[in-house]
Amino acid sequence: MVFKHRSILPGFGLALGYTVFYLCLIVLIPLAAMFLKASALTWHQFWHVVASPRAVASYRLSFGASLIAALINLVFGVLVAWVLVRYDFPGKRLFDSVVDLPFALPTAVAGIALTTIYAPNGLLGGPLLSIGIRAAYTPLGVTIALTFIGLPFVVRTVQPVLEDLDKEFEEAAASLGAGRWRTFTRVLLPTILPAAITGFAMAFGRAVGEYGSVIFIAGNMPMKTEITPLLIITKLQEYDYTGATAIAVAMLVASFVFLLVINLLQVWSGSRRSAGSVKDFGPLNADLRPAWEKGGSE
Amino acid sequence: MAGSAVSSIRIAPSAGYVATKATTEPALVRWLLIAAALLFLGIFLFVPLGVVFVTALEKGVAFYFQTFRDPDTLAAIRLTLLAAGIAVPLNMVFGVAAAWVIGKFEFRGKGILITLIDLPFSVSPVVSGLIYVLLFGLQGLLGPWLIAHGIRIIFAVPGIVLATIFVTFPFVARELLPMIQAQGNEEEEAALTLGASGWQTFLRVTLPNVKWALLYGVILCNARAMGEFGAVSVVSGHIRGLTDTMPLHIEILYNDYQFVSAFAVASLLALLALMTLVVKSVVEWKSGQQLKQQILADGEEKP
Repeated sequence: MVFKHRSILPGFGLALGYTVFYLCLIVLIPLAAMFLKASALTWHQFWHVVASPRAVASYRLSFGASLIAALINLVFGVLVAWVLVRYDFPGKRLFDSVVDLPFALPTAVAGIALTTIYAPNGLLGGPLLSIGIRAAYTPLGVTIALTFIGLPFVVRTVQPVLEDLDKEFEEAAASLGAGRWRTFTRVLLPTILPAAITGFAMAFGRAVGEYGSVIFIAGNMPMKTEITPLLIITKLQEYDYTGATAIAVAMLVASFVFLLVINLLQVWSGSRRSAGSVKDFGPLNADLRPAWEKGGSE
Repeated sequence: MAGSAVSSIRIAPSAGYVATKATTEPALVRWLLIAAALLFLGIFLFVPLGVVFVTALEKGVAFYFQTFRDPDTLAAIRLTLLAAGIAVPLNMVFGVAAAWVIGKFEFRGKGILITLIDLPFSVSPVVSGLIYVLLFGLQGLLGPWLIAHGIRIIFAVPGIVLATIFVTFPFVARELLPMIQAQGNEEEEAALTLGASGWQTFLRVTLPNVKWALLYGVILCNARAMGEFGAVSVVSGHIRGLTDTMPLHIEILYNDYQFVSAFAVASLLALLALMTLVVKSVVEWKSGQQLKQQILADGEEKP
């Protein structure tokens, strides 16, 4: 985008200068330091650490449990968003605000609370154990913690799309003889899918790097219930800086790939949304009053 | 855009979806869906929250308050307040500068700048701590120089502050940016044309327009700063009474089987989280009101 006419607003140089300076100081230089440190390793050394059986077992747990947790959140996130947008029930506002709890609650607090609940003598861990399911200190426990951590993402990406959705599409589908289920799968689902997948990717990305809420409930047995971030900490405590750096670099590259995928998904989801929205054709849709006035008897 | 779409305040004033028979489900399906959604939220959100407070008060109110007489607990609370007290204002100033430059100007590389600001969202907290260890630690790039000059950063308070700044880096910028963009430049341009200085324009025109988003950004940033565990855990060294923050102290108490004390400290952080959610609701309501008034005012201007 080429700049056509210069803005008369002041402070561009100062604000940009400070932004870039602070960004370099806090984020870019420290990150670069890690890559510099990693570049001192030979490829063989790097591979030896990154592909060691213990590391591979930790990736399998971290990525596997994150994937399952994100899938759970995908299904229930769409359900929760749907229920919060479309239906009225007592306490709806309360439930809506509490969805953000996993963002605001410190991970260590979530970690000890979930462990207490799912421990063999816990509120839910007891009943689960009586039907033969061990939750805490197993991969299932890790999945539960990661589900908690990723819960808001899908809800919060799908909710605005559902709110913006024009009812005309559903009415059209209904008048053409589609049942509700058919309308949902053919009309609604394609519209909310990009947002839902964006939320899914965010939940997955967050879960892979999560530490605080997991370590209490995981049991942390090498090869069995040791997540990748914990392996980095273990290596650090053994003063194995090389090993910690190698695994951290591998994780960081994975998260950069995710960031890229999420950004691409958002571009895709943005284009899908505007393509599907009648509003963008402007005057054709005469009623441009804001949504709350249309329904309004305030 | 990574973490933002979700944590951002939403100002979609809900009209109440007016359903007709053709566009809603049978009552039974509706109630089943509501029940399933609420059961999911109940198990994953309300039960953990309840457990924190119930366990904290398990041995009575007197025991609860006794936890906060322990000098190590008090030291942890003080350190948490100190770290947040430094990290939040710094990130606030950065957030305002970044949102101003990204929201009000067009320049090359803007997309890259936004992605870089979001970077700390997608880095594992453990890696966030590790990068400072590799830079300032004994084995780190600047380690030998720091030792020679007697400066301790890792396993000391400066490291904890740095790690806290890193993990809460994007929050204020992320909350402010959509609001500053939505306001447009017209009001500021009018103020400047009428002879206001740059600072006057910023303080009198821009800031009042985005104050609610700024408030929520700061509150969220503060909640995350006080609650950060992974990154701080890597750089802290866990020296009781010296480099333990509240979340780290919770871990120590919990691993010592002092469950009730651990949950007592945790209950403070849980209260902070609840307060953050309340502020978010209020801010959403307030900025919804503001937007509504603005649109009404605009409507009167151009009949």
